[in-house]
Amino acid sequence: MADKSSSNAYWKANVRTIQIFLVIWFVCSFGFGILLRPMLAGIKIGGTDLGFWFAQQGSIIVFLVIIFAYAAKMNKLDREHGVEE
Amino acid sequence: MDQFTLNLIVVGATFALYFGIAIWARAGSTAEFYAAGGGVHPVANGMATGADWMSAASFISMAGIIAFGGYDTSAYLMGWTGGYVLLAMLLAPYLRKFGKFTVPEFIGDRFYSGTARVIGVICLLIISITYVIGQMSGVGVAFSRFLEVSNATGLYIGAAVVFAYAVLGGMKGITYTQVAQYIVLIIAYTIPAIFISLNLTGNPIPALGLFSNEVNSGAPLLQTLDQIVTDLGFKSYTQQHDTTLNMFLFTMSLMIGTAGLPHVIVRFFTVPKVADARSSAGWALVFIALLYLTAPAVAAMARMNLISTIYPGGVKEAPIAMAEAPQWMDNWSKTGLLKFEDKNGDGLIQYVADKEANELTVNNDIMVLANPEIAQLPGWVIALVAAGGLAAALSTAAGLLMAISSAVSHDLIKGQLNPGISEKGELLAARISMGVAIAVATWLGLNPPGFAAQTVALAFGLAAATIFPALMMGIFTKRINSKGAIAGMLVGLVFTVVYIFLHKGWFFVASTASFSDTAPMLFGIKSTAIGAIGALLNFVTAYLVSNATEDTPAEVQELVESIRLPKGAGAATGH
Repeated sequence: MADKSSSNAYWKANVRTIQIFLVIWFVCSFGFGILLRPMLAGIKIGGTDLGFWFAQQGSIIVFLVIIFAYAAKMNKLDREHGVEE
Repeated sequence: MDQFTLNLIVVGATFALYFGIAIWARAGSTAEFYAAGGGVHPVANGMATGADWMSAASFISMAGIIAFGGYDTSAYLMGWTGGYVLLAMLLAPYLRKFGKFTVPEFIGDRFYSGTARVIGVICLLIISITYVIGQMSGVGVAFSRFLEVSNATGLYIGAAVVFAYAVLGGMKGITYTQVAQYIVLIIAYTIPAIFISLNLTGNPIPALGLFSNEVNSGAPLLQTLDQIVTDLGFKSYTQQHDTTLNMFLFTMSLMIGTAGLPHVIVRFFTVPKVADARSSAGWALVFIALLYLTAPAVAAMARMNLISTIYPGGVKEAPIAMAEAPQWMDNWSKTGLLKFEDKNGDGLIQYVADKEANELTVNNDIMVLANPEIAQLPGWVIALVAAGGLAAALSTAAGLLMAISSAVSHDLIKGQLNPGISEKGELLAARISMGVAIAVATWLGLNPPGFAAQTVALAFGLAAATIFPALMMGIFTKRINSKGAIAGMLVGLVFTVVYIFLHKGWFFVASTASFSDTAPMLFGIKSTAIGAIGALLNFVTAYLVSNATEDTPAEVQELVESIRLPKGAGAATGH
């Protein structure tokens, strides 16, 4: 097992990464899809507005990008902190 | 060849395929029964997780609900996909490192308490049985149509098939069967959608067709749809009519519920490495997204086609005559899920928002299955959709029954009540619990608390309020102790169950309900959305109780430290 201070640094970096991705996750689903939809109403797309697109399709695409980006970032962190399997 | 025979052939062929693969794969090793996904490529594992995850709710029910609910029902789309982000970042990698097979096992070890484990089992049972009820109503719809029997008969036949399927055993554990089921269900979902999108918009990709121009009017499809439905007095399709609070909480409830569903979580326990747990969640979502990006298109186009069937000359003209109603309406009225009655005696089918004047009622759950018939697609497409719906329902129902039986036999009986039980006894307990679960679900499925996807949404609310907070706090704080976790789970569970029962009837017996979802008890929050509040109460209770009581023991703090680091995971073990 890695020493204590190094594991703490790894865990802190992980939590920070999660926080950043959770903000994106929230803004692109609850934000653009629901709460901020009135603000995006001016941007028209295919007979409706951007908020509708985010609620029905856009958020899903963002979710996919987030998961793979997180997986890649964590693989890098694992190696940097020497905790990979 | 008539449609009935065609249905039998296609559905029969897909079933033969699943059983064939099961027998072929079982001959290899029996250890795979538990270690589903071990040594399987992450992409194949992602497909299998997709089949496990996408149930009758996703396949049969969801697009129908969106078709009639429009933008307001977007929570299903965001909620049932966004949870994978939480799963990948907050739970899966650490539970994989923990390396046991069931969710209650983690809860019991992390909160160093047999009581916590038993409460975990109780939560799991309530969640899974509610979920199976939703599956059963979906299976009932599919079988009633394709065997041309009443909905109740369809349900009994479906229950028998699901039982045989799950008890035959190991089906769940065999990843390749689920890969086959995924392929059948995604083809069955996509092909009719492509045909319909081509007809309506000329765009072969349904997800893009949704935002394209409609061929006849030349105007955007969604704009035309908005126009038609409002002309008939219905709520517009793309605007918000639900409260923002309810929509927010419903989406949140489905998301954290997704991450707290025991039968989904266990799939990540057994991937080869911690890093694989993260990317497996991504691959699962890739295959889920293929259906979920198509679903909103299926929904809008089905609504459009339904209305143009009833109003062939446009909504400003007279509707179709009852005598000229298309064959599919006759077929579906046999199941009792579609009804038309000539209230004003003019021989025409009025389909309008006004309940007094409306003469056509369509059960949401038939929309996806009826969709190819409504669009007049070839017979083999109709048969394929029936096969896809059954694949979705069966794979998930079997997975849930496995989760139920392992919770009862492994966690409850072997773990707590009778540790000395023989292997034969354990297996018998597993089978009996499966049988009881399916009997209860079938009985309740006859008068379900909602459409398949709504019933399933209740299960998600329960998972959100109980399992997700316990797991997340177990990983991200060391301070939550056994008393805090137990109090949190109990508060979340009781609050959510009581709120649901007040709206849906005690034990889902509708006549005992005190409130309805059209006029909910608290702040317009419907029973499907209450799980998010239950989760909040769970977090707060666990935090307060833990702070007021003793610190967690040193060995538990070490356990938390160790599951946070991927290094040294090793293979998952059963004991």
